[in-house]
Amino acid sequence: MFEKRIFIDRTAEKLTFLMASLSCILLVIIAWGLLKRSFPIMEEKSLADLLLTSSWKPLKGNFGFLPFIMGSLYVTAVAMMIAVPFSILTSIYLSEYAGRRIKNAAEPVIDLLAGIPSVVYGVWGILTVVPFVKYLAGLFGVFTTGYSVLSAGIVLAIMIFPIIINLSTEIFQSIPLELRNASLSLGATKWQTVKFVLIPKAMPGIIAAIVLGLSRAFGETMAVLMVAGNVAQTPGSLFDPAYPLPALIANNYGEMLSIPLYDSALLFAAFILLGIVLVFNIISKIILLRITRNTQ
Amino acid sequence: MDLKSHISVKNLNVYYGAEHALKNINIDIPDRRITAIIGPSGCGKSTLLKSFNRLVDSIEGVKVTGEVSVDGENIYGPDVEITHIRKKMGLLSQRPFPLPMSIYDNVAYGPRIHGTKNRKVLDETVEKYLKIAHLWDEVKNRLNKPASKLSIGQQQRLCLARGLAVEPEIILGDEPTSALDPKSSRAIEERFMELKNDYTIVIVTHILRQAKRLADYVVFLYLGELIEHGPAREIFENPKEEMTKEYIKGIIS
Repeated sequence: MFEKRIFIDRTAEKLTFLMASLSCILLVIIAWGLLKRSFPIMEEKSLADLLLTSSWKPLKGNFGFLPFIMGSLYVTAVAMMIAVPFSILTSIYLSEYAGRRIKNAAEPVIDLLAGIPSVVYGVWGILTVVPFVKYLAGLFGVFTTGYSVLSAGIVLAIMIFPIIINLSTEIFQSIPLELRNASLSLGATKWQTVKFVLIPKAMPGIIAAIVLGLSRAFGETMAVLMVAGNVAQTPGSLFDPAYPLPALIANNYGEMLSIPLYDSALLFAAFILLGIVLVFNIISKIILLRITRNTQ
Repeated sequence: MDLKSHISVKNLNVYYGAEHALKNINIDIPDRRITAIIGPSGCGKSTLLKSFNRLVDSIEGVKVTGEVSVDGENIYGPDVEITHIRKKMGLLSQRPFPLPMSIYDNVAYGPRIHGTKNRKVLDETVEKYLKIAHLWDEVKNRLNKPASKLSIGQQQRLCLARGLAVEPEIILGDEPTSALDPKSSRAIEERFMELKNDYTIVIVTHILRQAKRLADYVVFLYLGELIEHGPAREIFENPKEEMTKEYIKGIIS
């Protein structure tokens, strides 16, 4: 019996190690696979040519990814500008001001929001957000179909609300009551306590929550594809259509693969997508490190 | 002993949901003395202390009836602005909770939230109260370092300085030495002895010897009821109630 449990113990260690390393290796495998398949186009064209030019004419052999990269960045930036203040204020209300009853009612609703399939968000976007944006643009005297950066940004923002709200609410609630009391007992108001004590204390976690939302928004495909308009040019305003990277890949992969280098170009797009998300994550880690060093 | 009252409690009842945590408490806390609230754990000591600055309010499902008057003003009255009441009292909790900012900003926090912006005034305030808390010499060269880098004992003295910097009249201590090593505990006790000439100090403690060392006035609670209160010497040498006698002898705890 003694020998057996020692044996199981050692096996358990090895097995868990194997599984843990597998998930790390998986990232490397995926990145390597994408990189390898995008070699053909990278041998043909310079990196600057691919990333910094705007002409997208696969039949003529022009593969400029700038409009798609800018489309992704614009749409994500708009989504974050809407989602971050809304979500953080919501989570502050839920954790600091709301009574237990409101909290118990709100949390399942927010969870449900997270569970709605993205294609449903897309359809809803077409039916409500697109006409709303068209109407809004009309007020400014701008003509648009409504399929635009703003529409995609709004739909994306709603999709990432639950991610940021849930995480940051949890972070605020993990702050000990005594820290709030320390501030309140000095005569601080609740809002002063939130602003000067709780937000700085929660900042590393809030940033992690934002980056998670950002990565999700950046990679979100279906809903964006349905409302962004998908025109291959760098958007000049909120009401212009955009063609984000994920939409490009989803719309075209598997079709027209007879065009030379087309397949390689799309996998290169996937590689850029992965690269940008990784860069976001690394930047957030650095910010996090800075903040924890200075305040905690 | 002249016992002018500073905090006056009348018919105070506190309920946590269905639990009756404090039962009809009537008591006067003497001005510029150290009052120790003693009693076994779970008897309502901390609740009584937190009802003095209405921190009980932040507990979900709490209900308070009765009066607590500070300088003659009922802090549970309808028109009370609670931040002004709290400004009159500094709080030391069981474990120190430095705010997530530098040592300097921790002490300057109180004055700042009450509107002091002048850097020179803040500098003077920070230095003054860090000196009173006997922390200045240890931190004067690293005021901009995060407060969390200090030892626990230093953090508690920082919290004392932070509480004093809002210029309160009352210092509340909720077992303020229970997380500290003996040397740091002694440092806090020594500060209390120095401060009692200028401040009304109320501490909750479960350490009888600490109560004997510090207290001028003692309040004994048992299961939410006020059993006995009076000058420390009377309570420790000649308690009237059987229960107080037993607690002091260590029979009940």
